[in-house]
Amino acid sequence: MILSMQDICKTYIQGKVEVPVLRDVSFSVELGEYLAIMGPSGSGKTTLMNITGCLDRPTSGTYLLDGRDILGCRDDELAEIRNKYIGFVFQSFYLLPKMSALENVALPLLYAGMSKKDRLERAREALCTVGLEDRIDFRPNQLSGGQCQRVAIARAIAGHPSLLLADEPTGALDTASGEQVMEIFGRLHSEGSTIIMITHEQSIADCAEKIYRIRDGVLDTGKAGGTND
Amino acid sequence: MFENTRLAFQGVWNHKLRSFLTMLGIIIGIASIITIVSTIKGTNEQIKQNLIGSGTNAVIVSVYQDEYEYGMDYSPNPDGVAVISEETRHELEEIPNVEAASLFRKRSYANGIYYKNTGFNGSISGIDAHYFNVCGYDLCYGRGFADTDYKNCRKVVILDTKAVTTLFGHEDPIGSTIEIMTEPFTVVGVVEKSNTFKPVIETINDYYMYADTSSGSMFIPDSAWPIVYRFDEPQSAAVKASGTDAMTNAGKAAADLLTEKQILVSGSQFSYRSEDLLKQAQQLQAMSTQTNRQLVWIASISLLVGGIGVMNIMLVSVAERTSEIGLKKAIGAKKRRILRQFLTEAAVLTTLGGIIGIAAGIGLAKLLSSVMQTPTAISVPAIIISALFSAVIGIVFGLLPAMKAAKMSPIDALRRE
Repeated sequence: MILSMQDICKTYIQGKVEVPVLRDVSFSVELGEYLAIMGPSGSGKTTLMNITGCLDRPTSGTYLLDGRDILGCRDDELAEIRNKYIGFVFQSFYLLPKMSALENVALPLLYAGMSKKDRLERAREALCTVGLEDRIDFRPNQLSGGQCQRVAIARAIAGHPSLLLADEPTGALDTASGEQVMEIFGRLHSEGSTIIMITHEQSIADCAEKIYRIRDGVLDTGKAGGTND
Repeated sequence: MFENTRLAFQGVWNHKLRSFLTMLGIIIGIASIITIVSTIKGTNEQIKQNLIGSGTNAVIVSVYQDEYEYGMDYSPNPDGVAVISEETRHELEEIPNVEAASLFRKRSYANGIYYKNTGFNGSISGIDAHYFNVCGYDLCYGRGFADTDYKNCRKVVILDTKAVTTLFGHEDPIGSTIEIMTEPFTVVGVVEKSNTFKPVIETINDYYMYADTSSGSMFIPDSAWPIVYRFDEPQSAAVKASGTDAMTNAGKAAADLLTEKQILVSGSQFSYRSEDLLKQAQQLQAMSTQTNRQLVWIASISLLVGGIGVMNIMLVSVAERTSEIGLKKAIGAKKRRILRQFLTEAAVLTTLGGIIGIAAGIGLAKLLSSVMQTPTAISVPAIIISALFSAVIGIVFGLLPAMKAAKMSPIDALRRE
């Protein structure tokens, strides 16, 4: 088991009112799983993704990632965990505009403390995996949206993380590029990657092995016998 | 670190105008400090040179009556002060940091000296064979004094170039006869002070200071001195110190030695003292430094203003790059990495400003010295300190924005796209 959450709650405080965003979310992910979490906007799926990705802390609950208790970690420890265990793919890519594709992909490896030679080798490898070996020195503004997202995927997998987290990875893409991106995820999964994908599109979610639905902060894993429509 | 610096330079280059405007405060501050410090240093060098003369390091030790120099011009020989012997002169040369010593007698405002119908009221000295070496004179043409001149008390005279101009104009003076106290002296040579600086005379004080050099000097062998002036007149001594900073001590030691050897009556009102030019120079320098130090403080205010400008622009830069910071944190950058990135950027910005400021300051100092005819000397320590100081400004004023960036939560930073 790579990830397990028990009774995770997240409450935001807006003014004086407490707004619960996640209520008692419990689920776990096995090594090599391909999971999609679906929900309409405002359902708390982005918050869930932030907590899963150690970008945010839950208000209460237990979260073990690779056997490590996340709640007790300091900010810099979380940064290290994100760097080591998690690869992020965001809806809007978040590539650094002043850097080439290769430098963007090599950035997390820099934070991991890898030597320059190793970094560039690994980054080149990752770009080959997403089929962009001929775009290595291009800057994000010289690439199409689909290509940008593939660079972002390369960045996510360059450090060989245990978990790939994708937040609406096709949300900003046209259908054709979206399909290409999904095909890459499929291939990564078949090669053994563990993937959690957050989306509101059924067609995208269908690519995964398993679909959990979230609505009003409650995650339905199909075990509790909740609504599954 | 290297990577951060490269990226910081890139960042500065990408926002050329903004970076330049930000640096402007630092540039102006550093430039004014460099200019002021250069001017102070130049003025100090000039004061030192004016008083001490450049490079000769000669200290004059002469007879004092109580607190004042004893003027032989208008007074008889001082009681109980012996003529200095050659052995004592040798002893003077044994003093540490004394390279050479010379004995001489002098009238600062000579009278009774004529060439044809032209009078001369510069100075006249009766000198030994070491004088020109100790006091730094070079022979221009003709000859110096020969042993036979001294031995036979020959009535020969050497002029400095100013005296030549005063008495002869463009005529060749060698071989001419000059009347000194009704005695005919033959001009044998012309000397010039080595490395003389040309004083600018603007005030009456300047005039008195340079009066003896303004109409020139004449030199006769000391053995010929009694022919025209007095017998057994006690000499002054000139000692050549090994360096400018050794002048004070060398002069004092020579004066002590001469007082002990030459003043025969204990409790005498006479003594030998050295003119402590170095001390006078230092006092004058301290005064000019004092005045200008206040200017440095004022210039420092513009550095402070510049620093605040840097802080402001760094805050803008952090705000602009919120999503960059968010992403970097999301993929594993720790706080101190973000902190270092922004600190480096601020330091690069201010250091660049500092370097431009130093260049501008040097240029300004040079311009000032050529337009206003005041001396400036570029101070290397000031340059190094300014460069380091500007980097420190960047780090100090970059700290707040950098900490703000380092403390950002990654989700807040990413959400604010």
